[in-house]
Amino acid sequence: MTKELSRRNSPLVLRMKRYLPFVIVVGVALATFGSGAMLYRAKHPQLQAIPEDKAVSANSGSESMHIRGNPDAPVTLEEFGDFQCPPCGSFAAFGEELLKEYDSRLRLIFRSFPLSVHEHAREASLAAEAAGLQGRFWEMHDVLYREQAVWSKAPNTRELFESYAGTIGLNVDQFKKDMDGEQAKARVDSDYARGESLGIKLTPTIYINGQPVDPKDKNPDGVRAAINAVLAGKPQA
Amino acid sequence: MTVSRFRTILYIVVAIVAVAGLADATYLSVQALTGETLSCGGSPDCFRVLGSSYAKVGGVPVALLGAIAYFCVFAFATFAAFGYARARTFLIPTIAAMFLATLWFLYVQAFLLHAYCRYCLFSAALTFLIAGLVIALPPERNRSVP
Repeated sequence: MTKELSRRNSPLVLRMKRYLPFVIVVGVALATFGSGAMLYRAKHPQLQAIPEDKAVSANSGSESMHIRGNPDAPVTLEEFGDFQCPPCGSFAAFGEELLKEYDSRLRLIFRSFPLSVHEHAREASLAAEAAGLQGRFWEMHDVLYREQAVWSKAPNTRELFESYAGTIGLNVDQFKKDMDGEQAKARVDSDYARGESLGIKLTPTIYINGQPVDPKDKNPDGVRAAINAVLAGKPQA
Repeated sequence: MTVSRFRTILYIVVAIVAVAGLADATYLSVQALTGETLSCGGSPDCFRVLGSSYAKVGGVPVALLGAIAYFCVFAFATFAAFGYARARTFLIPTIAAMFLATLWFLYVQAFLLHAYCRYCLFSAALTFLIAGLVIALPPERNRSVP
């Protein structure tokens, strides 16, 4: 007992006790900083600006892309989205707010970028493109995002897409053929290839007049600030 | 179990809970800094909460301030567990400030944004737990300062 007490109170043990909290606190600080830095590096995408030859100008033919808003608007917001990604659904609703807010000064372009982690995303993109072949891309885009929670988990996704096609007034037989057709596939593949060439890995990824919106600004205030900067004629960061 | 030992155990528990809060806040800080507020944990409400103007103070993400606060709580609780009296005097005001900030952010989510970020709710739960543990601490008695 006395031996144990004297061991506990030995100078070495007391010194260790005194410094141990410092060691623990510094260790946790380093571990937190290190893991935070690693996470930051892993998540921070290296996006490229859209090169001149791939840029969407005001005169670009609208038949090859899906435009909402004034086709001649001075600001183009190009979104690479995945129909099964919940944040893209949030952004779709925000996009409508932006269109109301900026009216004729803004146009939205949607590009399909179905992520492989989302089981039904590509099929949803094909459904949207098939609807687009009947001139109802945006109607299908809106329904897909509005009903995302339903079809994302449903076993009969295809049937649901067909019912949505009926709801928005499409010729359902034609829609079924188009969903399996080469044209819809080619459009989805083309958008995806464009996204890949720009280094996109996550959705939604947003470009304003060809410049990527910095991920840290991918929020309502940040997107508005980027649009306002373009309207004010300021160069984008 | 002596009162002193009970206090030490509570400080250790506070430190452990603070580490959980630190991990949560660090994750949210990285999300805020990389702009992945749109996709944190697949929760669409994160976009509304972390992307809102309430999520930054003077351009600094609130999550980052939260991470600093949790780290302070962890450090103070660790030192307090080792008998550093001054750490105890810093611990209570820090937790009180975090508690009040948590109440404010819950109000913002519930009544101003009408959206809840699950990571923020987890952080709120941890802050309440830490506050509860500190309240449960037995009254201070004179102790020697190392």
